[in-house]
Amino acid sequence: MRNTGVIFKRELESYFATPVAYVFIVIFLILSGALTFHLGNFYERGQADLSPFFNFHPWLYLFLVPAISMRLWAEERKSGSIELLLTLPVSMLEAVIGKFLAAWLFTGLALLLTFPMWITVNYLGNPDNGVIFAAYAGSLLMAGGFLAIGACISATTKNQVIAFIISVVICFAFLLSGFSIVLDFFRAWAPQYAVDAVASLSFLTHYTSISKGVIDLRDIIYFATLIGGWLYANAVVLEIKKAS
Amino acid sequence: MIEISNLVKKFGPLTAVDGVSFTVESGQVLGFLGPNGAGKSTTMKMITGFLVPTSGQIRICGHSVEGDARAAKRMLGYLPEGAPSYGEMTPIRFLEFIADVRALAGERRVHRIKTVISQLHLQQVVNRPIETLSKGFKRRVGLAQAILHDPEVLILDEPTDGLDPNQKHEVRQLIKGMAEDKIVVISTHILEEVDAVCTRAIIIANGRVVANDTPQNLIAASPSGRLDDVFRKITAAEGLS
Repeated sequence: MRNTGVIFKRELESYFATPVAYVFIVIFLILSGALTFHLGNFYERGQADLSPFFNFHPWLYLFLVPAISMRLWAEERKSGSIELLLTLPVSMLEAVIGKFLAAWLFTGLALLLTFPMWITVNYLGNPDNGVIFAAYAGSLLMAGGFLAIGACISATTKNQVIAFIISVVICFAFLLSGFSIVLDFFRAWAPQYAVDAVASLSFLTHYTSISKGVIDLRDIIYFATLIGGWLYANAVVLEIKKAS
Repeated sequence: MIEISNLVKKFGPLTAVDGVSFTVESGQVLGFLGPNGAGKSTTMKMITGFLVPTSGQIRICGHSVEGDARAAKRMLGYLPEGAPSYGEMTPIRFLEFIADVRALAGERRVHRIKTVISQLHLQQVVNRPIETLSKGFKRRVGLAQAILHDPEVLILDEPTDGLDPNQKHEVRQLIKGMAEDKIVVISTHILEEVDAVCTRAIIIANGRVVANDTPQNLIAASPSGRLDDVFRKITAAEGLS
C-alpha cells in the first residue's frame, strides 16, 4: 500500500495546479453560505444551531461532488495516462484508493473552510458543539459516499460530461432511496423486503440521524460499506475495461 | 530476456494479435514493424501488462506478466503510444512522481533525475507544465520517465514520433548507448530507424509475425536492397491472402 501515498500526493497536487480547487472551494463556500442564510433562515429561526447549514449539504453535494469525481478516471482515459499509471508497479487498489483519498481530503478541506459558520453561531449563542461536530463528521462521510459512486462511474467512460450526469443520477437515487420518488419505482414489481432494503440505503436517512448528533455505529458502517463497495466496483471496472 | 509464446488477443470478433511468439535476449534492440493496425501496439500493451492476453504466455526476466505482475513491471520502462503524461505537472515534478512510484530514494533518486534530464536535454523546460510543451519535448519527457529507473527492459512505442531530425538522431544514439546490457523493443514505421538502431527486426501484419531476422538479412533478401521494398512486399502479400 506504499504507493497509495505516492498517488494520493500527486493527485492532491493536481487539484491545486489547476483552477479546479479554487473554483470548487469558492463556489462551495458561497453556495453553502447563501443557502443557509437565505433559504435556511439562519437568523430568523432564532436558534443557536447549524441545522439550516447542514440540511443543504446533501443537495450541494449532489451537484458539486460529481464535478470533482468526474475527472478522476475519465481524464486518465482521455489523455491516455491511464496506460502509464497502470503499467507502473502500482496495484489497482493502490491507485483507486489513492485517488479517492485525495478527492475526499480535498472535499474535507472545503468543508473545513466553512468554519466561520461555526464561529458565527458560537458568537451569537450557545450551540451544542457536540452536535455540530457530529454533523460535520456525517457530512464528510456522506461526501465520501458520493465520491466513491462518482469515482466508479468516472472509470467507465472517457467522457467527463457523461461521468458527471450519470453520477448525479445515481447519487440522487441513493440520496432519496427512502422516499416515494424512488420507492414507487420498485413497489410496482419488487417484493416488500426488497423495497425495505432499498429504503434502508437512503443517504438522507443515515445522514440526518448523524447530523442530529446521534453517531450510531450502524450509520458509520453503512457509509463505510458503501464507500468500500463502490471503490471495489471501481477497481473491477478498470480491470475489465482498461483500454477502451 | 523476454519470452513470448503463442500470444493471442481478441477484441470481440476481431483478432488483433494472432499467435505471436518470439524471444529477445539481453543486448538486443528489437524493431517492431508493421502497417497501422497490425497489432504492434496491442502486443506492446500486453508485454507491459496493460492488456491481458486472451491466451499465451509472456515472461520478462523470468517473471510472468500475469502471475507476478509487480515484479515484471519493475523490470520494465515503458513509453506508451503518444507519450501520455499528466499535463498539469511540470517535468521535474512528473519525474519525481515516477521516481517515488519506482521506489528510488536518497542519492540515487536525485542522481537519476538529474541524469535523465541532461540525457534528454530537458533543462530549459523542467519548470513548465507539460501541457504547454512542444510535441518533441513531451515525447522526451515520456522517454525520460521510461528510462528513469535504468530498467532491464525498455518498451518504446514509436519513440521518435514527432521529433525533428536532430532529436531523432539523439534519441537513436541514446537507445543504442543503453542497449549494450539491456533489452530494447521499439515499434516504428520509420524503416531507416530499424536500420540505424535495431539488431533484429520483426515484421508483423494482421496480428501475425511474417518476418523475424536481422535488418541486414532482410535487406539482402530484397533485389532492390531497400528495406522499404521488403516491408511492402511482405505486408502487401499478407494483406491479399
